[in-house]
Amino acid sequence: MVDISRSPTESSGFSRKLAALIIIVYAVVTLIPITWIILTGFKSVTSSITYPPEVFFEPSLEGYVNLFTTRTRQSQEYLEALPPPETWYEELVRSREMVIAGPSKFFGRYANSLIIGFGATFLSVFLGALAAYAFSRFKIPLKDDLMFFILSTRMFPPIAVAVPIFIMYRKIGLGDTHLGMIILYTVVNLSLAVWLLKGFMDEIPREYEEAAMIDGYTRMGAFFKIVLPQATTGIAATAIFCMIFSWNEYAFAVLLTQFNAQTAPPFIPTIIGEGGQDWSAIGAGTTLFLIPVMIFTVVLRKHLLRGITFGAVRK
Amino acid sequence: MKKKILHKAKGLSDRAVAWIFITPTLLLLLAINIYPLIYAVSMSFTNFYANKLGKEIKWVGLKNYVKILGKEAIWERMQITASFMFWTLLLQAIIGLGLALLLNKKFKGNELLTTLIVLPMMLSPAVVGVFWTYLYNPQVGLFNYIVNFFYDFGPFDMIGSSTLAPWAIVIVDTWMWTPFTMLICLAGLRSIPNYLYEAAEVDRANRLQQFIYITLPSVLPFLLLALLFRGIENFKMFDMVVELTSGGPGSATELASIQLKREAFEKWKTGYSSAYAVILFVTIFGFGNVYVKVMNKIKDR
Amino acid sequence: MKNKIAILISSIVFALSSTQAVKSESITLGWAAWDPANALVELSKDFTAQTGIEVNFEFVPWPNFADRMLNELNNKGKTFDLLIGDSQWIGGGATYGHYVKLNDFFDKEGISMNDFSDATVYAYSTWPKGSENYYALPAMGDALAWAYRKDWFDRPELNSEFKAKHGYDLGVPKNWDQLYDMCTFFQGREIDGQVRYGAAINTERGSEGITMGVTAAMYAWGMEYENPNKPYDMEGYFNAPNVVEALEFYRKMYEDCAPPGHSDAYMVANLDAYKSGQVAFQMNWYAFWPGVSKEDADGRVTGFFANPSQKVSAATLGGQGISVVNYSDKKDLALQYIKWFAQPDVQQKWWDLGGYSCHKDVLGSPDFVNSAVYAQGFLDSMGIVKDFWQEPTFVELMLPMQEHVHDYVVNGKGSAQEALDKIIEEWVEVFEADGKL
Repeated sequence: MVDISRSPTESSGFSRKLAALIIIVYAVVTLIPITWIILTGFKSVTSSITYPPEVFFEPSLEGYVNLFTTRTRQSQEYLEALPPPETWYEELVRSREMVIAGPSKFFGRYANSLIIGFGATFLSVFLGALAAYAFSRFKIPLKDDLMFFILSTRMFPPIAVAVPIFIMYRKIGLGDTHLGMIILYTVVNLSLAVWLLKGFMDEIPREYEEAAMIDGYTRMGAFFKIVLPQATTGIAATAIFCMIFSWNEYAFAVLLTQFNAQTAPPFIPTIIGEGGQDWSAIGAGTTLFLIPVMIFTVVLRKHLLRGITFGAVRK
Repeated sequence: MKKKILHKAKGLSDRAVAWIFITPTLLLLLAINIYPLIYAVSMSFTNFYANKLGKEIKWVGLKNYVKILGKEAIWERMQITASFMFWTLLLQAIIGLGLALLLNKKFKGNELLTTLIVLPMMLSPAVVGVFWTYLYNPQVGLFNYIVNFFYDFGPFDMIGSSTLAPWAIVIVDTWMWTPFTMLICLAGLRSIPNYLYEAAEVDRANRLQQFIYITLPSVLPFLLLALLFRGIENFKMFDMVVELTSGGPGSATELASIQLKREAFEKWKTGYSSAYAVILFVTIFGFGNVYVKVMNKIKDR
Repeated sequence: MKNKIAILISSIVFALSSTQAVKSESITLGWAAWDPANALVELSKDFTAQTGIEVNFEFVPWPNFADRMLNELNNKGKTFDLLIGDSQWIGGGATYGHYVKLNDFFDKEGISMNDFSDATVYAYSTWPKGSENYYALPAMGDALAWAYRKDWFDRPELNSEFKAKHGYDLGVPKNWDQLYDMCTFFQGREIDGQVRYGAAINTERGSEGITMGVTAAMYAWGMEYENPNKPYDMEGYFNAPNVVEALEFYRKMYEDCAPPGHSDAYMVANLDAYKSGQVAFQMNWYAFWPGVSKEDADGRVTGFFANPSQKVSAATLGGQGISVVNYSDKKDLALQYIKWFAQPDVQQKWWDLGGYSCHKDVLGSPDFVNSAVYAQGFLDSMGIVKDFWQEPTFVELMLPMQEHVHDYVVNGKGSAQEALDKIIEEWVEVFEADGKL
């Protein structure tokens, strides 16, 4: 642990100000794309394709309406013959000479992302915590090799193992199911969960459980009642990392799911294919998809480094 | 339910508990990672097609491997992948280290800025690929507008041009992942004990000498670690590039894993693509191992 | 706490399994997400009203259509009872057992393939090609065609300028050379204060886009995939000088006539470029013309024409047949739908709603030609269509074509001859592996 309030060499006020200025410029530049896509979500379709790009525009919810509905274009006479629109979004769609044909698939895909994400996160953290505890406390033959083996599974290119998994899932009927994806993401996350949680558990003094066991707890009882509560922060951080991975994952989702269990990442690009170059809807979908991750990032900021390096670097 | 477990567990030796705790993880990894890998290796010696179910599977020996290694197109993809990796790692190392050095000077708002800068790397690569196609759009894209605002190149097409497309993916990857190297380098910088600098001051080493003899060597292992992670990830790179350029124009940005996906999941040449996957796997494992050895040597020094 | 989680999980699992258990009297139909699919939803309401069987739809956007659907079939998925699959899938659908063979059903129900236009039966239903083994009912006739900005063509000042330059009037191009003249005429031209471009043509890399565009030129130059007397003998046919010329011409079209950023474009991108007033021409499927003309009620803005000829008259085939998926648990209900769909009055309504019927009663009716501005063109095109390989290995054949053609046309790599030679080389490999050579 390093005290971060201490700087290596005392820099002069000027160089510190210059550094701050450069960092601010970089932060602004690097956030432009994200800001832009969020803004685009609030543009009308026409204002999203104007040149030069509009920074100031009249906000519109067209993108969000388009994201959640499918629409069909209708002739002027057809529209005039219809009863007046009942809701603001119907009115908006009518004003583009279209009618709402039904809900889009976005909600379902988003829900799939949540179900699979939570399922896989719960399982990988639970199993990971057990394994991490064992690796942290017990003598296990070939411990280092096992730990390395667990880490190395993360290096497999997803496409390389996707075909055998596809065939295996086809045989046992797990293809394109929530359960199949939960198992798959659990496994991909396990290496991260084990490594991170082992680090967190190493930091919990053994004396706590030993004292509990003297008080009559079994080893398991001590683990569940004493160690797990102590590791809450670590478990939460690990869980968020697992969640972000499942949330963002694309390759397995696009290869192993088609309809039932498809998550949001393969869906968002297809918005372009369906309704024209509908950048507003893309912006809307992207925004809704990114917001949870951005919140998580802020929550996680203290553990970020540890998470991205599998616990290899602990600040 | 829990009571039952606890009750049963009473009297279990530590060894038993250890194995009960580890086994589910190992079994899952074996089933979903190791078994598929072994399966892929064994399939790589056959002419198996996963979509032609009635067809007899024939053992073809090393034919798939010979075919792949003799194919010009495969080497082209490897080259594309290598140059993608080279430029992304180089840029991310330089910019990431630079940012870390700047951030290491404590100033107000430091932590907030770090969190903001880190945001891109937490996003879904596929979604990032999609929205960058919008930014790169030659007619309405913000990227083109901003570039032309500073220097008027006239219309240009980042995704459609064969010379620009490889840079298009390098730029997006660098935008996304520079914070990664930055964070790790920052940790490295902050782990340098102050007394080293104080000793240097006593020896009257100037700022540049301090940087070369103290800062760089201390931060290097961290930077190398960051590049190892990035190298492995970018060798596997699929999602962002597929959504951004889908490998085009032609095959100018068709990285190895994109080609592998096409062989495996579109042509369904299971045997052939398994051999390709094994080759990629061996390559990354080989390079990874050598790299780790070199890294450790540098660390020891 | 743990009990609560267990309850939560079991309730999620329960909720999932209950949503997957579909009501017994319903079927699911899969197709691409495009205008005709909406028409089919409308049409199918009659089926539900008559039989009480609900029809659920799952439409996949074109860029992922083949990928997703073929994955689903290879996965032996039960999502679909009915699938409107692309014409090229018929070989694989029949050979690998994805589709139900419909001959017995047709005989039993008195559905005759003679009632459907010959070209469509050949293209959408039969495997092996031209045999009397039917794996689909022709559902949606389609071919590649062109739309142009009639309102610009009708402007006297533009026409006289064009005539002065090329010696003939602006109008429906009689061949690809004229098409090129007109496209270059509009390329970069400012009309009503906006810069316009020549033509939005297919250049998509990921699925089948550029192949479906470039073959429109190749067929017009008289391309044959193989020796008519010796199947799978492609050397000297597919890479003959006329095909090279066609490919070079297509690249010229891309370089000189396409709007900026049109390097990965297919149906939707072409449609967008056209609708937003960027281009004078767009290449696209007939399927989209009802939508385009709906926005142009008095017909002043847009005109349509069939693929121009060059050395011969020909057009790229699109369109699909409707098949029953072999893995479905509800094949009988699915067959009921097909039986209903094959009726002449349903077929007539299908056309009226914006679908392209293949039924001879519809196409042959005296009102047909006048029922839409593009109807005559559709009839003409369907008489001259050619399709890409429909072999079971068609994806393996499509990918090298996509790659090398895109590499040449968009990426500017190598020569047309080299691109075609490379394609043949890979095709030979595919046919050898499949035991056809």
